[in-house]
Amino acid sequence: MWLTRPLQERSTQVFLGVLFAAVALVTLLHLIMPEGHALHVSAYTVTLLGKYLCYALLAVAVDLVWGYLGILSLGHGAFFALGGYAMGMYLMRQIGDRGTYGDPVLPDFMVFLNWDSLPWYWQGFDMAWFAFIMVLLAPGLLALVFGFLAFRSRVTGVYLSIITQALTFALMLAFFRNEMGFGGNNGLTDFRDIVGFNLRTDATRLGLFIATGIALAVGYVICRGIVTSKLGRVSIACRDAEARTRFLGYRVEWVQLFVFVVSAMLAGVAGALYVPQVGIINPSEFSPLFSIEIVVWVALGGRATLYGAVIGAILVNYAKTVFTGVMPDAWLFALGGLFVLVTVFLPKGIAGLLQKRRKQEDDDPTENGSYKPQSKEASA
Amino acid sequence: MGISRWLASPCLKRLGLTVLLALAFIVASPVKADPGQALLADLADASPRQIDAAIEAIVDSGDPRARDWLDAYGNNRLSRNKNTGQVVEVLRNVGRNWTIADPLTGDNLGEISRRELDRVNINNAIRGKLEGVLAMLDLYSDDPEVQENAAEAMMGKVNNSVVNPLNKLLERDLPGPVRNRIEESVAIYQLEQGDSQARVEAIDVLTGSLHSNARAALNNAVAGDDPAAAARAKQALVSIEQKLQMNRVAETLYFGLSLGSVLVLAAIGLAITFGVMGVINMAHGELIMLGAYTTWGMQQLLPGQPGLALILSIPAGFLVAALAGIAIERSVIQHLKGRPLETLLATFGVSLILQQLVRTVISPLNRSVTTPEWMSGSLVINDALSLTLNRMYVIGFALVVFAGLMLIMRKTRLGLEVRAVTQNRAMARSMGIRATRVDILTFGLGSGVAGLAGVALSQITNVGPNLGQNYIIDSFMVVVFGGVGNLWGTLLAGLSLGTINQILEPWAGSVLAKIMVLVLIILFIQKRPKGLFPQKGRAAEG
Repeated sequence: MWLTRPLQERSTQVFLGVLFAAVALVTLLHLIMPEGHALHVSAYTVTLLGKYLCYALLAVAVDLVWGYLGILSLGHGAFFALGGYAMGMYLMRQIGDRGTYGDPVLPDFMVFLNWDSLPWYWQGFDMAWFAFIMVLLAPGLLALVFGFLAFRSRVTGVYLSIITQALTFALMLAFFRNEMGFGGNNGLTDFRDIVGFNLRTDATRLGLFIATGIALAVGYVICRGIVTSKLGRVSIACRDAEARTRFLGYRVEWVQLFVFVVSAMLAGVAGALYVPQVGIINPSEFSPLFSIEIVVWVALGGRATLYGAVIGAILVNYAKTVFTGVMPDAWLFALGGLFVLVTVFLPKGIAGLLQKRRKQEDDDPTENGSYKPQSKEASA
Repeated sequence: MGISRWLASPCLKRLGLTVLLALAFIVASPVKADPGQALLADLADASPRQIDAAIEAIVDSGDPRARDWLDAYGNNRLSRNKNTGQVVEVLRNVGRNWTIADPLTGDNLGEISRRELDRVNINNAIRGKLEGVLAMLDLYSDDPEVQENAAEAMMGKVNNSVVNPLNKLLERDLPGPVRNRIEESVAIYQLEQGDSQARVEAIDVLTGSLHSNARAALNNAVAGDDPAAAARAKQALVSIEQKLQMNRVAETLYFGLSLGSVLVLAAIGLAITFGVMGVINMAHGELIMLGAYTTWGMQQLLPGQPGLALILSIPAGFLVAALAGIAIERSVIQHLKGRPLETLLATFGVSLILQQLVRTVISPLNRSVTTPEWMSGSLVINDALSLTLNRMYVIGFALVVFAGLMLIMRKTRLGLEVRAVTQNRAMARSMGIRATRVDILTFGLGSGVAGLAGVALSQITNVGPNLGQNYIIDSFMVVVFGGVGNLWGTLLAGLSLGTINQILEPWAGSVLAKIMVLVLIILFIQKRPKGLFPQKGRAAEG
């Protein structure tokens, strides 16, 4: 089975082991240590770590398309935000009549805009199962349509990157409009509870953190399963020599479309887990800057390794938390510098450094450091 | 009489003498000195019934000072000195002592207790009439600009008292625009007050007018009780509406063209660097920003001379951006040969650094760049269409820059080498072209053009740290739409995207229009993945 095969790999076992150990440790330190103790992990920190794990899942999704398919998506923030909005809509409906205006059906911002009924696309979001399906479906459908159009006409390389950036930019502009019915500038916020649990209690926050850890583990295994399958190998072939793969008889566009849609859905899940933890979703998640930031997480961690993406996402976001707290002005300098330094001096990222030490311990074709950035035909 | 003509002469040389003489005459024989004095005295003495006649007398005198007198009168500034009986103009009426002047000579007569002054009576009815009278005086002015403004003010305000003088005025030789405007004003009056024959004639006159007052009057006529006039007015309105429609189309095209030329300016440098080196420079927007800030800096260096500063900042902006671009190429891009996606990321990092640099060093707030006088204002084509000059300059500038780049690409050694490297880098190198040098020069050229775009943009938009970001995605769209490495493609794509955006904007709103354009481009890429003008031959592989 393609999903169980990764579980027998050592690298996956190590990754899952570290991840579970970390999640368990944080949980224990939060629950057992008394508040005020030096080792106590506060609920705030738990939520912060949960946020990092969401970003890590998002980074894994980006690494799947960039590292193993050669598509530099500068629009993955769009899929992340769509998943987040789907979850946000569910959480909005859960508020019920506890909003400022006390309307049992309409969210506050709709009452504020004098709308008298729910728009059709808000129907069904009061049911958790429907919303959770939409978390996968909304980004998945967008990726399907967009990917179908793009891959069918063989848009690749920098062209595709620019178009994905335009996609997320267009969506950002659209979601900023009040008429869209997604809360405009302010987005969706003021959430109360999720499937019956109060979002403002520490227990729910811890639960969300653990759920995010599990989602990351599952997402990682799925991606790993894909890249080690036959389809994954074709996908790597597409990355390294798209034209050659096509001439060998593979339907490159279908491979690309499949991987792209899976990646978008993973990003959507990350977004859906992110929203209840930070308590808000607004159009700024669609901003091209955010999408391109994700790429630098992956680049720093090491492209085409999956675990590198996780390391990069956590490291960069930890640095961001520290920097923006201590000297906010310096953060953009640091981020900009990171872009330059990583691409120029650390093309294989942190994972590349680790691999250099280990020197090809197993014979995994995707992991033995043989990644060639671009073949000649792709770079011409 | 002779003296009064002498006094009225505008000759400045004699002014001092005139004043002296006038004073002498006033002291010597106050009654004979100046007919103006009598006119003013009559006005001051007039009973409410005689005031009309007194005003008319002043107007009929043809005295060039008449306008000032009546203006002062309308503003309550004509008073009579109780002691001397002299009519004076109050310059400053604050406090106990007021400053007064002689209305005949304009001499400052110093301060005087306000109790010594007796204001010349006026009421609102007279004030209302006075407005019309003053407008009439302006219409007779020698200055065509004053005349034109007065004619414009007359629109829709014609009443019984001015219609005859206006008709009289029309018999004189008038500049075209003034004549049209007065004819229209009279026609509006006729349409409202005249008999049916006059109405029909008035409608015919108004058919040619695009002024909003004319349309309002015609609309009233359509709703009025004269069926013949109503039918005719309806026809007139239809024909006016057609003309307005054409003007709107022209205006949309103009705005589209100006937006398009901005896009062309912003994108053309990108097209060069992308085309030659296959490199996407995400910091291109920030190079534009640098150009705009150079303009601002120039104006800080040369305060009070915005025009000169703007002209100087054209070469300066080019140089600053070109040097910055070359620095980026040398420090980052050359290390990333053959890895276009990584180059994209690295240059994005550079763009973040540049933005934050401007925020930290200069200010996170927008800076204001002055528009020189010769660029502000607008070219008035007709009542419904006026073209702002600064946009016209930007269109012209974009075309000049485009032509210049075309010349460099087609007629110079550098252009030849650039084209060779674009088509086939390896072959060009084996023919002895130093590709690295070409890279540096092209990158400098492309970046310099971005700086020029910044100079132009500083005249039509805010100069701030986010300036570049706002244009970068649009510029990419232009390059993608036009096809890589083709300047004509960039020109056509920029102009058409700008125009499409402006056409969509009125009925979709600016945000939705932008979204629609983006979606259109995404769909367009389906049909032609390599843009309007794809590269052909071996260079196209990739």
